[in-house]
Amino acid sequence: MTGCKVVAIGGSAGSIPVVTALLQALPANFPFAVFVVLHRLKNVTSSMDTILTSKGRGLVIGEPDDKEAILAHRVYLAPQNYHLLIEADRTISLDYSEPVHYSRPSIDVTFESIAMAYAGSAVAILLSGANQDGADGLLAIVRQGGTAIVQDPATAEYPVMPQAAIDRNQNAVVLAPEHIASFLHTLND
Amino acid sequence: MTAPIHISAEDLEEVVHLVRRQYGYDFGDYARASLQRRVIRCMQKAGCLTAYELKYQLTNDDRFFAWFIESLTVNVTEMFRDPAFYKELRNTVLPKLASYPILKIWHAGCSTGEEVFSMAILLHEAGLLNRARLYATDLNPANLERARQGIVPLQNMKEYTSNYIQSGGTNDFSSYYTARYENAIIHKEYRKNIVFATHNLATDQVFNEFQLVCCRNVLIYFNRELQNRVMTLFSNSLAPLGYLALGMKESLLFSEARDQFDVVSPAVRIYRSKL
Repeated sequence: MTGCKVVAIGGSAGSIPVVTALLQALPANFPFAVFVVLHRLKNVTSSMDTILTSKGRGLVIGEPDDKEAILAHRVYLAPQNYHLLIEADRTISLDYSEPVHYSRPSIDVTFESIAMAYAGSAVAILLSGANQDGADGLLAIVRQGGTAIVQDPATAEYPVMPQAAIDRNQNAVVLAPEHIASFLHTLND
Repeated sequence: MTAPIHISAEDLEEVVHLVRRQYGYDFGDYARASLQRRVIRCMQKAGCLTAYELKYQLTNDDRFFAWFIESLTVNVTEMFRDPAFYKELRNTVLPKLASYPILKIWHAGCSTGEEVFSMAILLHEAGLLNRARLYATDLNPANLERARQGIVPLQNMKEYTSNYIQSGGTNDFSSYYTARYENAIIHKEYRKNIVFATHNLATDQVFNEFQLVCCRNVLIYFNRELQNRVMTLFSNSLAPLGYLALGMKESLLFSEARDQFDVVSPAVRIYRSKL
């Protein structure tokens, strides 16, 4: 695939090992931005960004501030207790509105916003989880011409979330984690 | 499957224009991604399938507009949200503010009041509440009406108690409120120095001078231009060496006003006016 400008990864229960594997599988000098949205606790001290960074082999992984400009070759982790949205000028907007699917950050919110801002140059990947978040977001990605990938529920620790996304999206590509990793490598071309 | 309800960028601008012209609320400099999402949510709730229907309703029905404003603005808040922030206020900011004979604090964009109630509790525990005046403002009159009642949904109190303890609070948190049925009411003695008033950060001006301005997770809804204007408003509203507290992911770095402030606590985004 050519012209990919953004890869968005959404995960919930059981997704952390897959997220770290995917971050490690990113091609060297990947020429796109990566967004990671994980369901997380709020109002507790979190070192999720440090955990991902330590496993990410020199990647720049951080929780962005509001209005930060999006750069290629960066990994942006959605902060605790905020939704993460993308503006048309490719800056990040944070939002503290109601949780979606009991989640803030919500995967749907970020995926839908990325679909609007990046249309066909977006890839969205939905991983293991125990609720319905992400299914509508993937649908928005597909409707705008982007690529939707779902972790094969048979390989997921919690299959509910990927299965819900597959039920909602006939066009989603269903892949085992190692095949998602090889797909990421084709994005460098 | 039917296409989801949507509003184009052009239609969104027309709605913003209509609301400004007819009702005087200016959303022109609100960050678009979030505004568009919330307008779509309003359309879904109201059953407006097209932008035309939304505009028709807004033009012809004042009550619909009142509902629209309430639904459009984000009215989500928590007591002692980000305990690390409140801990820093306790340990670093309040001891400095203790030297003032009268202490004026502005909560800009106070929503239904949870953060200003948290502040009042902190001030009480620091022995400062009796000489403090808390000005809590919001653009949404319905929010202020709720805030004046001092009522907080009881279902959230367990989490707020945990936040309070993490912030360094050592009292029995339940001593600050009375629980009845689904609600908790914050005791009057902690609310008596709070003044609630409407103020629109996008259009209104300086109205007093403060030793501390708290505006947490409000500026995220504004574009950078409006953020700059509001930052100037705050700078002009602060006494010399007054403090400014922003949300945990809101940075002065992107603002033109950054040179007018020193960073006090980078992790929890507390700044101090140089002048």
